[in-house]
Amino acid sequence: MSETTEPELRHAGLNLADDARELREHVESDVFGFWVFLMSDAVVFALLFAIYGTMRHATAGGPDAAQEFKFHSAFWETALLLTSSFSYGMVSLLTKHGRGRLWPLALLAVTFCLGAGFLKMEIHDFVTMFHDGATPERSGYLSSFFVLVGMHGFHVFSGLTWIVLMGIQLVVFGPDERTKVNLIRLGLFWHFLDVVWVVIFSVVYLQGLIR
Amino acid sequence: MLTGCSVLSRGFLAPAGPVAAAERHEFFFVGAVMLLVIGPVLLLTPIIAWHYRLANTKSAFRPQWGFSWILEGLIWVPPTIIVIVLAVFLVGNTVRLDPYRPVPLSRPPLQVQVVALDWKWLFIYPEQEVASVNQLILPVGRPVHFSLTSGTVMQSLLMPRLAGQIYTMSGMTTQLNLAISEPGTYWGENTQFNGDGFQDQKFQILGVSSADFDRWVSSTRQTPTVLDDKAYQNLSRQSVLPHPIAFGSVEAGIFARISHQTIQPGYVSQHQDAKSHG
Amino acid sequence: MTIWHFLLGHLTWDSLVFVRAWRDPTTSEVIGGCAGGIAVLGAMFLFGLITVLGKWRYLWTEWMTSLDHKKIGIMYIVFAGIMLSRALIEAVLMRTQQAVAINNPGLVAPDHFAQLFSTHGTIMVFFVGMPLLTGLINFAMPLQIGSRDVAFPYMNSISLWLTVGGGIMMMASLVLGQFSTGGWSGYPPYTELAFNDGVGPDYWIWSVSLSSLGALMTGINFAVTVYKFRAPGMRWMRMPLFAWTSICTAVLMIFAMPPLTVATLLLAADRYLGMHFFTNTLGGNMMNFVNLFWLFGHPEVYILILPPFGIYSEVVAAYSSKELYGYTSLVIATTAIAILSFTVWLHHFFTMGQSAGINSFFGIMTMAIGIPTGVKIYDWIWTMFWGEVRFTTPLLFSLAFMITFVIGGMTGIILATPPLDYMMHNTLFLVAHFHNMLIPGMLYGVIAGYYYWFPKAFGFRLSERWGRIAFICWVPGFYLAFMPLYVLGAAGVARRTQELFDPAFRPWLIVALLGAFLLLAGLASLFIQLYVSIKQRHTTQVPVGDPWDARGLEWSMSAPPPEYNFAVLPEVTRRDAFYWQKKSNAAYRPADHYEDITLPKNSMCGVSVGLSMTACFFGLVWHTWWLSVFGFVVALGTVIARSFMRDVNRIIPAAKVAAQDRRWLERVGAAVPIPRQLELTPENEGLADVRND
Repeated sequence: MSETTEPELRHAGLNLADDARELREHVESDVFGFWVFLMSDAVVFALLFAIYGTMRHATAGGPDAAQEFKFHSAFWETALLLTSSFSYGMVSLLTKHGRGRLWPLALLAVTFCLGAGFLKMEIHDFVTMFHDGATPERSGYLSSFFVLVGMHGFHVFSGLTWIVLMGIQLVVFGPDERTKVNLIRLGLFWHFLDVVWVVIFSVVYLQGLIR
Repeated sequence: MLTGCSVLSRGFLAPAGPVAAAERHEFFFVGAVMLLVIGPVLLLTPIIAWHYRLANTKSAFRPQWGFSWILEGLIWVPPTIIVIVLAVFLVGNTVRLDPYRPVPLSRPPLQVQVVALDWKWLFIYPEQEVASVNQLILPVGRPVHFSLTSGTVMQSLLMPRLAGQIYTMSGMTTQLNLAISEPGTYWGENTQFNGDGFQDQKFQILGVSSADFDRWVSSTRQTPTVLDDKAYQNLSRQSVLPHPIAFGSVEAGIFARISHQTIQPGYVSQHQDAKSHG
Repeated sequence: MTIWHFLLGHLTWDSLVFVRAWRDPTTSEVIGGCAGGIAVLGAMFLFGLITVLGKWRYLWTEWMTSLDHKKIGIMYIVFAGIMLSRALIEAVLMRTQQAVAINNPGLVAPDHFAQLFSTHGTIMVFFVGMPLLTGLINFAMPLQIGSRDVAFPYMNSISLWLTVGGGIMMMASLVLGQFSTGGWSGYPPYTELAFNDGVGPDYWIWSVSLSSLGALMTGINFAVTVYKFRAPGMRWMRMPLFAWTSICTAVLMIFAMPPLTVATLLLAADRYLGMHFFTNTLGGNMMNFVNLFWLFGHPEVYILILPPFGIYSEVVAAYSSKELYGYTSLVIATTAIAILSFTVWLHHFFTMGQSAGINSFFGIMTMAIGIPTGVKIYDWIWTMFWGEVRFTTPLLFSLAFMITFVIGGMTGIILATPPLDYMMHNTLFLVAHFHNMLIPGMLYGVIAGYYYWFPKAFGFRLSERWGRIAFICWVPGFYLAFMPLYVLGAAGVARRTQELFDPAFRPWLIVALLGAFLLLAGLASLFIQLYVSIKQRHTTQVPVGDPWDARGLEWSMSAPPPEYNFAVLPEVTRRDAFYWQKKSNAAYRPADHYEDITLPKNSMCGVSVGLSMTACFFGLVWHTWWLSVFGFVVALGTVIARSFMRDVNRIIPAAKVAAQDRRWLERVGAAVPIPRQLELTPENEGLADVRND
């Protein structure tokens, strides 16, 4: 497979020019493989959106979107998550420009805090809904809401765990090749979750509040 | 052994109504076209393989031959044309034989409401105000319009000599239209597996003259049994019935209540009883 | 809650199949007890044999912890062979029941019969079909594209052990509890708690989940491998057809596994968390499950059939000593089939009440997918044209495929016509159709590929005599077992029926039973073939590595290949690279320069993740939550620990590579090239006589 451009021109997050060819090629396939995985995850979310769409009116006489959604907190959750994507973007840039391990670590911590804040607000919202009797067992509509939004939340939780692990790896190994590849993949994951959240915000919250 | 040859008379290849007859016609048409399609394969495969066998030194050998425009044309174009032709007929027949489409006979349709249960079929005649379980009596020559629902899980009503099948699902109503063209005894079944009694969920269909049908209705009306919520709950417990049952009167709107899930089905309490008895 | 309740969850004495058979010794329960007994004894025998032979260390270091795609491929196939034996015996039992149970309860109670058809289908699709083709692709594809391994060898190992874990779970259901009675498709609301609150549907959900997780990872692995790991110069249109079908299959896996994951997870949400996705009440909609399942299910059957199509392309060309006819058409047809496979799923439920317009659209798309399939069949026929055809076992199976598969294609077009499907959906006609696709299509292809690549994997050929015997069992066996089912289906006989009531069905069912026994004999012949071949291997050694005078890169190294596949990665300049090397006398040359080769070290991480996730899911089945938590923590811990490992590779020094290559080339030099007429004789050492024609 001949390459027309050097790998380092294709990877915004790594500085590969001095690395061996085999290493560079393996990094490329590692990142590509993660993209492919994200596409399968995108299919999962697309299907959950489709299920949500067909079950939007299956409220079985129970609470529906307009009654239950807290637009205020959804807005702030969006702000938190989008900002966390920005802070992660800074992590990627700092890593690419070889700024050592402390600065990326600090911004990883910021990303973690913002993401954890998002989750905390979301869990609080869920608990409030439960107290109102809007539980997932109440109706098909609520089941699909909680699974769709909850699946995203579960992904965020996994991302937070991963951020912690990457923080540890940055400390233990410094920004070596494996750590950098994993930081890129985590970045892709984190931004992907952002995109999914934007769709959730639009399709679930905004649409739910149109009455 | 010879009894085996009669097996096709059980199904749509021995149709007893216009819908099944149309489907049989379509089957032969598609089958014939497809035999034309696969015929060349069935011939060419053994002929070419045998002629070009290694031991046959007289056959030509051109190992680097791998393409021919003419062959490509023959390989891609005729099958595409055949599929287009079949597609045209497919659309026409799918519209014509849509289970929801009324049978184009001049007489007004007989309404029958069907509730699929475990492991029996409940047939309600709303206009005649009678009902029957595991036996369907229909007048010959008159279109029949079925409204179907399920009282339990997803099931599928198939009456092979009369019409194609349609699923029945709880909380929803599906439809089926057919007519019987000659008097006789036919059969129907559930084809969507639903548990221990699935294989027993078959029923008899009697195609009778209009006069006989009216006689059956009026004699059934004499039966003291009533199809009300309580009787329905009893019926909807999981069981296999040894004989068909008839109901002499039917509570108004019971089918709507069943299909809207406002009557609690009998299997719920049946399961609770089973659980509490360990 | 007592300590026992906590430890055992829903497990009780009655969960053991032996206890149930003891308490209620009906024929049905005793058969179940025997099946459980065979599973337990089989496992004990296997473990005992390995212990007595002292092979645990060997198995662990050479096989179980290996990340080598060739070994992983072989393990997939061995696993599938075991599962195939079970599922085929279940089929014979079902055929026996139907032949006997006419106005008669037969041998097997309805509940047991329902488990039989459910395990038969689930095992055949997820634990026979998928592993067989995953194994063959794993073994051959990297060799074909000139790569040292797949893209993600560690993930490859995880996939394998997740799949094996799913199989273990299926076997466990023979002993503890019962399997689902809802078929391999598991439709709710029948599989919801309201109708089935036992462990059956849970066994189904979690073993299928293990398989689908493994398959998703495999899909990613294969796609990235073909995309990024082709040898220099191997452009897309220079790849062997099997590599094309491998990547199309991989793409199908990536897109088709998520719908299955969603379907099973949402059903689990209903069953475990009381939600209402598919329940009858409170807003559930069972039609969503049907759509989700078949969004997976249809591409799944193309996952099962595309690799065999690739195998036929390789095999027919090799045994006709000819270039594959219509390479470009075959590539276009393969990708067309892959894309179209996502546009037809509704034909699995034409009868669910959609409008004529919707049914028509999907019917037409279903017919459309027959066009590229037909193109492929003709391309294989014309490959034999102007060739020199040798009737080896793989070619015989290919011919049987071409003739038999098209009959299934014909009945497929019949079923694609909605009004005809209304009549024959869920009847034995449907059962006959899909077995007509799977057995002549998938299974014959797998047998052909197994026979074709076996010498490459192990260095000796399989017994041709037993291959022919297997052929004589499989082909007539298929016709006898399934043609009667077409007739019965047209007569209105439903599938999944434990008892029948019309004596007219009996002769047909008896013929079908005979066919089933022949098919079982066919499987037995394959096992005997393996045994005989191993015993006779000194007469069938092919160390040079090219026993069939074939065209692809996989034949250009020794048999078995060195662990790194290629001493030096080849530079490819055209299609059928190795064939042209042979013709221009450029094959079997030492390299100018050998380099160190980096390969992954063995790792127990795959075994750990696969088996601990199995324990986790087993705990979910029985509500032994501590086991689920423990299994998940071990799996996650393994993944995390692995991510902290930096020393995961080993280096094979250039000198060693050079020495191995030299030894092999000396063997080549000492070998006698043979013409195709001597292909099946002991003279065949794997070196082909290059003719000038």
